[in-house]
This record gives sequence, structure tokens and C-alpha cells, in this order.
Amino acid sequence: MNAATLAVPPVADASPVRIVTMNGNPTPVPAAAEPAMPAESARASRQPLSRRLLPLFKVVVPPVVGIGLLIGIWAMVAMKGSIPGPAQTWQAAATLFADPFYSNGPNDQGIGWNVLSSLKRVGIGFGFAALVGIPLGFIIGRFAFMNSMVSPIISLLRPVSPLAWLPIGLLVFKQADPAATWTIFICSIWPMIINTAVGVQRVPQDYMNVARVLNLNEWKIVTKILFPSVLPYMLTGIRLSIGTAWLVIVAAEMLTGGVGIGFWVWDEWNNLKVEHIIIAIFVIGIVGLLLEQTLILIAKRFSYGNA
Amino acid sequence: MNKAMVRVENAGMSFDTKQGRFVALRDIDLTISEGEFVTLIGHSGCGKSTLLNLIAGLTLPTSGVLLCDGREIGGPGPERAVVFQNHSLLPWLTCFENVYLAVERVFAVKEGKPKLKARTEAALGMVHMDHAMHKYPHEISGGMKQRVGIARAFAMEPKILLMDEPFGALDALTRASLQDELLGVMEKTGATVVMVTHDVDEAVLLSDRVVMMTNGPAATVGEILTVRLERPRNRLALAHDRDFAEYRAALLEFLYQKQLRKAA
Ligand SMILES: Nc1ncnc2c1ncn2[C@@H]1O[C@H](COP(=O)(O)OP(=O)(O)O)[C@@H](O)[C@H]1O
Ligand SMILES: [Mg+2]
Repeated sequence: MNAATLAVPPVADASPVRIVTMNGNPTPVPAAAEPAMPAESARASRQPLSRRLLPLFKVVVPPVVGIGLLIGIWAMVAMKGSIPGPAQTWQAAATLFADPFYSNGPNDQGIGWNVLSSLKRVGIGFGFAALVGIPLGFIIGRFAFMNSMVSPIISLLRPVSPLAWLPIGLLVFKQADPAATWTIFICSIWPMIINTAVGVQRVPQDYMNVARVLNLNEWKIVTKILFPSVLPYMLTGIRLSIGTAWLVIVAAEMLTGGVGIGFWVWDEWNNLKVEHIIIAIFVIGIVGLLLEQTLILIAKRFSYGNA
Repeated sequence: MNKAMVRVENAGMSFDTKQGRFVALRDIDLTISEGEFVTLIGHSGCGKSTLLNLIAGLTLPTSGVLLCDGREIGGPGPERAVVFQNHSLLPWLTCFENVYLAVERVFAVKEGKPKLKARTEAALGMVHMDHAMHKYPHEISGGMKQRVGIARAFAMEPKILLMDEPFGALDALTRASLQDELLGVMEKTGATVVMVTHDVDEAVLLSDRVVMMTNGPAATVGEILTVRLERPRNRLALAHDRDFAEYRAALLEFLYQKQLRKAA
């Protein structure tokens, strides 16, 4: 750092900054701090190329090494015989993704359709969960009585695997499709309720005092103060919900059948197309990652920069 | 003497804590006239905020009564605007929207949108924040936030303005410029103000009366200093003023001789 600062050529025409001292005598001070920007760029261009690439290197290389290692281990395991190797899977994937949206009847559809119908189930179950869970969370957070009434029920039901609710869904809806959606509803609703309620309880007292001094009506309190300050908590709830929903849908569809990525995995197992199962694992992972990242982006948009 | 705007009659405040009952304030008697600027000064923790919150109606006294304009204070309301120490602007609203929320609440019953907007802009203009009206609180400095907080309070045209160490978190220069701003606004509006401070210069510069509080627990009004300095007041002229120095000395004496011994 010191060397770099010294290396800056003196700026001849820059007028010196004057500091007025207590007794009124202006003291000329050379403008030392001024050319900070040129110094930065000068230093950057003087550095060897390898130094400047270092940060990029640090970001890119570790993940690449990680993935390379994964593929390497996979290839080694594959050589022992039981599962298809990376090359074989890649070829299968190429044919599969050449036509992702074909449809030969309900039991033989392209991978695109399967993913989309799983996403549709998640979307519907999740949407209903939001519709019920968020208002419920608000009520629980705002009224202590409701909180003590509902908390034990939530604590009891939340640890139950959503798949345990599948038979109930089949019984009530008499169809596979809504039953799968029902399990999504069940697993999504808990994080939604809990996070919303916590958010409501954590609304800063200062904001509530503003509401009290202005004597805002309940509608304004909800729209101008409660909702915006709970929103980040709600989005966390939504993100957690989507995560578990995407985990659960695969298992639920394996049990219910129909069209969907989970069913597809099971079907390809029955057909003994193991390379397709491996492809499905990647597809499920990537879709889950995209869902999560999208919600993180949305959450960033609503974090007001105040925290 | 003008008519009484706020009357505090024999008010006391206790809190129920885990260690039992804590008496914060006792036997507070205070009358604040219309158009008067009163500061509350005292050592940290003596109960200044507690008293201000009682006048705001954010908390209710455990004994005695408080009256505003002849009516008992039973809760907070827009006729007693509060400028909070930490500005308390809503971070998801712009400066304009923060002030507009208050203006709308008070005047929407009898005025249309253009009028409400004009009021909001006028209030922000008064504290010289019109240039940053559409910025969000996190985009402006602490001093600017506090200006917006003051604009929000003034825009409501309250009967009385309550301020809890409004400049406490600001650096000395920003604080001075905001004090000047406040002096200017008061001259224009003739507002009644109760302000909490722990800054002796600030108290003398701004106040008609300074209420000195004794140390807690069970704090009460110790002495009241009436500041008879000409208005409009000028910070630079007062720096060499004999009376100013004497008022200042009186406050210091109360705080650091009469009260410090008890606090130690
Ligand atoms: N809600 C409360 N519960 C218990 N004690 C409180 C509460 N509010 C204030 N106090 C106590 O009352 C005293 C006065 O507090 P406060 O009015 O905030 O002091 P100041 O504003 O003068 O610094 C302090 O000792 C504080 O701990
Ligand atoms: Mg205080």
C-alpha cells in the first residue's frame, strides 16, 4: 500500500487544500489524498496478470474441482458395474432433452411434462397453504389467546411426515392427484404459519408507537406497518416451505403415480433405466436450487436496507 | 400568561418488574402553557422519557392525572405529536410517504389529495428536506432522518409537540444546525413543545423554561429555571452573553453538584 502511494506522480497543478486554524492563519496542505482513484487504477494495471486473476480463480476453481471430484467418484463407482457412468448418462440425457415435451399417453410423457406437473402440484398445494397459513400466522402473532390455543396443535403435528397424511388425502379426495397436492399443502403450511407469527411478534415497538401516536385504523396498521415489516419473515417461511414441498412431492408421486417427476423416477426404476434415474436426480436438484435462489432474490428485494 | 396546554397533576409512575415494584416518578406537578417551549433535563435514567411518554399517552400514570387542553389524557393521539429519539421512520416508505401517512390521518377528512400533498411538501420544505423527499430513510443521513421526523410531527399541526432527545444521536455540528432549524420553525408556528435533553446548552438555547429532574428512583421535579432571553435567539450572539452563561451555570450546578452526589 505504502509503495503504491509513493509511486503516484505528484500532481503539479492541483491547488493545495487550505485548512483554517484557530488563530485564522490559513495553512497550505498538499493535496495528498486527492488522487486516490488514479492510484488505484495505476496499481491495478501494474500488477502482474496472475495477481489480478486471483479473485476470479478463488471463486471459480473450488466448485469446479468439487464437481470434477463428484464425477470422478461416480465414474469409479460406475466401473464396478451396477450403475451407469457419466458418459452413458450424458448420452441418455442428450436424447431425453432432445424432445422433453412428447406425449404418448398418460404413462409415457417427456421429462418436461413430468417436471411441469410436479411443479403444478407444488404450486397449488403451496398456494393453498399460503392462503390459509399467512392469515393464520397473522392472527396467531397478533392475539396471545390464539397463540396459546394453536401452538400445542402445531407442535404436535409439525414433526409428522407429510406422507403420513397421504392416505387421509386419498380417502377424502378419492383421487391420486389432489391427494399428492394435499401432502404439499400439509408440509408447506407449518413454516408459513410459524414464520409469519414470529414476524408479527417481532414488529419493532417503535413502529407500533408511531401507529399509536397517529392513531391509525386497523386497516392502515396492517397495510402500512404490520405487512411490510412481516414480509421478510413471511418470505423466509415461503422459502422453507418450497424447499420441503419439493422434497416431499417426489416421494408423494412415487406413491400415487400419474404424471410427475417422482412417478417418472419410479417408472424408470421399473423399466430399469438407471441412467434416467440419475438424470432425474440432477433435474430435481437443479429445479430445487432455482426455486430457492428465486425466493432469495425476492427476499433481497424486500429487505429495505434498514436492518 | 397564556392558557394551560398541559397540566400534570400529582402524577406518579411505577413499573412492575421481576424484582418487584419500581417507582420511577412521584409527585410530578407541572403546567405547560400554550406556545411555551419546555425542556426536561436530568441524569440518564431519571425518568425523562417516562414523563414524556405519560404526556404522549403512550403509557398511563399509576397515580395522578394528566390533562391536555382541559381533557384527561387517556391514550396517544395526533394532537400530541411525538418526535422519537431514533426517528422511527418506516423504512419501506419514502420520506414523502412517511410524512404523508401522518398528514392523511389528520386532514383527509376535510381535505382532498392535492391539498394533502401540498401540506406534506410544505412540511418537508420547512426542514429543508424537499430535495430528498422521494428517498428512502436508509438512503439519507441520521440528521436528515431526524429532520423528516420533525417534519412529520409538525405536519400534523399538533397542539403540542413532544420530542425525546431528538438530536441525541447526532454529531455536534448537525445537532447545532437542527437546533437552529427548530428555532426557525417555532418562530413561524408558535408551537408548544416539550423536549427531553441532557444537553445543557441545548436546553438554554431553546427553552422558555427548563425543568430539572432529580435522580431516580422516585424522581420528581427538582427546580424550574425560567430562561428570559430575547427571541429570536442567535447561537453566536448568545455564546458571549452573560445571562446565557448564568443560566447555563445554574443548570450545571443543579446537575453536577446537587444531583451528582446522590447519584454516586
Ligand atoms: N417499562 C419499564 N419497565 C420497568 N422499568 C422501566 C420501564 N421504563 C422505564 N423504566 C425505568 O424507569 C427509569 C426511568 O427511565 P427513563 O424514563 O427511560 O429514563 P431517562 O429517559 O431519563 O433516561 C429507569 O430506571 C428505567 O429503568
Ligand atoms: Mg430517555
